[in-house]
Amino acid sequence: MKKVLVLAVFALATAVTYAGGYRVSLQGNKSLAMGHTGVAVINSSESVFFNPSALVYLENKLSISAGAHGVLANISYQNETTGASDQTKSLLGTPFYFYASYQATDWLAFGLGVYTPYGSSVEYDKDWVGSHLVNNIDLQAIYVQPTVSFKINEKLSVGGGPIYVNGSVNFNRNLNRTLTDLDGNRSNVTIDASGVTAWGWVASTTFNFTDNLRIGATYRSEMILEAEGGDATFENIPNSPLTPFEDTKIDAAMPLPAELMVGMSYKFAENWLFAFDYNRTYWNVYESLDIDFANPAIPDSYNPRNYKNSSAYRFGLQYEATKMFTLRAGYYFDETPVQPGYFAPETPRGDSNNFTAGLTVNIGENLQIDASFLFSHFKEIDASYDHYLENGVAVPFAGAYKTNAFVPGLGVTYKL
Amino acid sequence: MKNLLKYTFAALTIGLVSCEPEFDSPVTDGGFYSSGSANLSKFVAVGNSLTAGYADGALYITGQNNSYPNIMAQQFEFVGGGDFTQPLMNDNIGGLLLGGNQIAENRLVLAVGADGNPSPVRLDGTPTTDITNKLSGPFNNMGVPGAKSFHLVTPGYGNVAGVPVGTANPYFARFASSENVKVIEDAAAQSPTFFSLWIGNNDILSYATSGGSGVDQTGNIDPSTYGSNDITDPNVFASVYNAQVEALTAGGAKGVLVNIPEVTSIPYFTTVPTNAIPLDAATAAAVNANFAGYNTQILPGLAGMGIISAEEAAMRMINFSAGQNFPITTDKDLTDITAILQGPPFNLPAPTAALLGQLRQVNSDDLVVLTASSVLGSTPDPNNPQGVVGVSIPLADQFVLAKSEQDRITAATNSYNATIQGLASAKGLAFVDAKTALARLSDGGIPYDGGVLTSQFVTGGAFSLDGVHPTARGYAYTANMMIQAINDTYDATIPTVQIGYYPTITLANN
Repeated sequence: MKKVLVLAVFALATAVTYAGGYRVSLQGNKSLAMGHTGVAVINSSESVFFNPSALVYLENKLSISAGAHGVLANISYQNETTGASDQTKSLLGTPFYFYASYQATDWLAFGLGVYTPYGSSVEYDKDWVGSHLVNNIDLQAIYVQPTVSFKINEKLSVGGGPIYVNGSVNFNRNLNRTLTDLDGNRSNVTIDASGVTAWGWVASTTFNFTDNLRIGATYRSEMILEAEGGDATFENIPNSPLTPFEDTKIDAAMPLPAELMVGMSYKFAENWLFAFDYNRTYWNVYESLDIDFANPAIPDSYNPRNYKNSSAYRFGLQYEATKMFTLRAGYYFDETPVQPGYFAPETPRGDSNNFTAGLTVNIGENLQIDASFLFSHFKEIDASYDHYLENGVAVPFAGAYKTNAFVPGLGVTYKL
Repeated sequence: MKNLLKYTFAALTIGLVSCEPEFDSPVTDGGFYSSGSANLSKFVAVGNSLTAGYADGALYITGQNNSYPNIMAQQFEFVGGGDFTQPLMNDNIGGLLLGGNQIAENRLVLAVGADGNPSPVRLDGTPTTDITNKLSGPFNNMGVPGAKSFHLVTPGYGNVAGVPVGTANPYFARFASSENVKVIEDAAAQSPTFFSLWIGNNDILSYATSGGSGVDQTGNIDPSTYGSNDITDPNVFASVYNAQVEALTAGGAKGVLVNIPEVTSIPYFTTVPTNAIPLDAATAAAVNANFAGYNTQILPGLAGMGIISAEEAAMRMINFSAGQNFPITTDKDLTDITAILQGPPFNLPAPTAALLGQLRQVNSDDLVVLTASSVLGSTPDPNNPQGVVGVSIPLADQFVLAKSEQDRITAATNSYNATIQGLASAKGLAFVDAKTALARLSDGGIPYDGGVLTSQFVTGGAFSLDGVHPTARGYAYTANMMIQAINDTYDATIPTVQIGYYPTITLANN
């Protein structure tokens, strides 16, 4: 009982967060409960995401995990010079996952994963003070990933497979800070593209030093969502040849950056497991969000982002308390990919401290209920986006941001 | 296990409670900003069209929403400011009806013409604001478009029956609490804890915009005898202004007083160049030949007879040359020689004598008003292509503000401003030097987050399409000056606004 208490305290003292940019690190309740570690943790088909090569070491012939997270993320903004402030609406995002693995032979396993590693759902009050940058955005990307895993020997395995991604984006913002129709309604544009697809791949390896100590590495390739023929819908445009905005098609590209994950796990005592993962996300591919309007009369939109590669450091702890309960807790630090002067309110994320906890309840031999929660805490920061131009003059959008996210999650694991 | 559940539950609760991210010191907290020694709970703004939010030659809803008092009131909300009500118009068309008949024009919008050039035009549409529809007040915004200083203390200024005969104001008629009430009474009756007073602009402005066609009433202390384009006597101004400040401060209210800008700061007087007539050498020579007799015989002759001074004779000389030329104009400050020219020795026919009666050329000391742009160079008689305004037809006096007329305006303005600033310091009220602030707009401009605010017509951002009244951005700049003066005088820390968020001119093709 004492150890349980220690664990609970650890859960309180630590926290888990969201990854920077629009990466959403919620790819399994078991892993998330341990600070979203899992590259070197082998206990369920969540390895389809974290490390496909580990599937071949699973004890069960068939393992299926599925679940979802309810993301309650909130952003507060204020500017002390003007008194302007806003808070995003509390939208409930529900990233989900489904993983299955099948042990074909002693040295060969197959797996299938469906998960949502990228996404963003932010909605400010319409016409808020930053509405020339964003009113609302809803970005989704669903990854479908079949994998195969080979055991080379008891110490080493490799795995990997192709990834198919299907994404959509819906984005609204005002055309600038002042343009309205005759009645003062702000002129705005909605960009909508769905069914945008791309292909990528994942490769990984696992190495077991001993039964208690193992390491792993996983690389997931970059994919670019190229929205060709999306829709741009303009609203409240003045009736004037000087404002030639009419509904048209758009081309735009949004990168889903490559990610390298390395990790280790160490079973340091009976029933206790410690895991550490390091993630590197190659955000520098996200240089600019450019929207090319098909109508040549409408000037194209260039929005520099200039993200930098970012790292996350993840720590997790697992304790098999009883035959029925397994308890988990974790912490991770997530570095923002956003550089100073590029802090746009559509993904206003600074560095974050993240605290996680969760548990698995065994119901009989085959079924487990996995629960987790994550609290992401972002320090209050003063930031600005300096690359919005008005008549060729840069108009910085500055202020203080405070963000947090509360993410309860629930899933099931079925083993045979 | 029980403990674990307890802790898990506690952790969940903490997570949910802290779901709303709170700043360490939120600006929305009452104590973040301070009103200092001012009490802003009941703010009443008194004035004319500028206070009402008039722009683009009309009063309309979005303009009123961006009036400087309304912008101030929104910022006052951070420091205990109360509701701020305005006598909103019925639409965004502008214009007024009286019993169904239109009595004030629609707003101006910038429209692109068939030639591809944008220019201000009146918006099409029938106004829906009928001044016989009484609004139930009181209203915090007591700005009455068209009001001069003494109008605020004139009984019956809001009596709708007086509107057609010019003794009452159609805007005040909409919300005056009774037929005979004075504007200042309706303002003071609200028991403001804080007020702004910006009045006196029209006491010189209508004289200026009419090209000095009114009378300088300095010395006449009975405003009931004034014409609408006259300059108000400075003593009358001082007397009524003092009475207004007394009425507004009677309950101990604090406030802000604003002085009167120079007319030379506004694009209505600075947009049309004084030498707007382009001529080639041949045309210039032909025109000069027509005026040869006037230049070489009449003017020297009259000077020799002592009818006009040598100085006036020199000023009246007409001379065109290749390039840009000053138009000819009639100036009623010149000696009228019409009758003399019809007698000996000149014996000119009456029409020619009338043409030359008070004729001179515009000079660089004059100001040509904005509305002259549609007249200059025009040929009003389609059957007479030789009859060109500015070349062979004098530009009417109402389009030219002569140096002598400007001097009268400056003298009156300086006197009014001395009264305003003197009262502000005597009463310990905040004071805004709008005269200096507006002068800066035409002298380099005011940098802001997105450019430079200038008084350049259409493109400068500060002035609306009527060339006299500010845009919403110009009003936001005004509101910031007010807030800064309040902060300085009352040790307050009211936040200012970013003027780049306020619109300028409206684009619309009819």
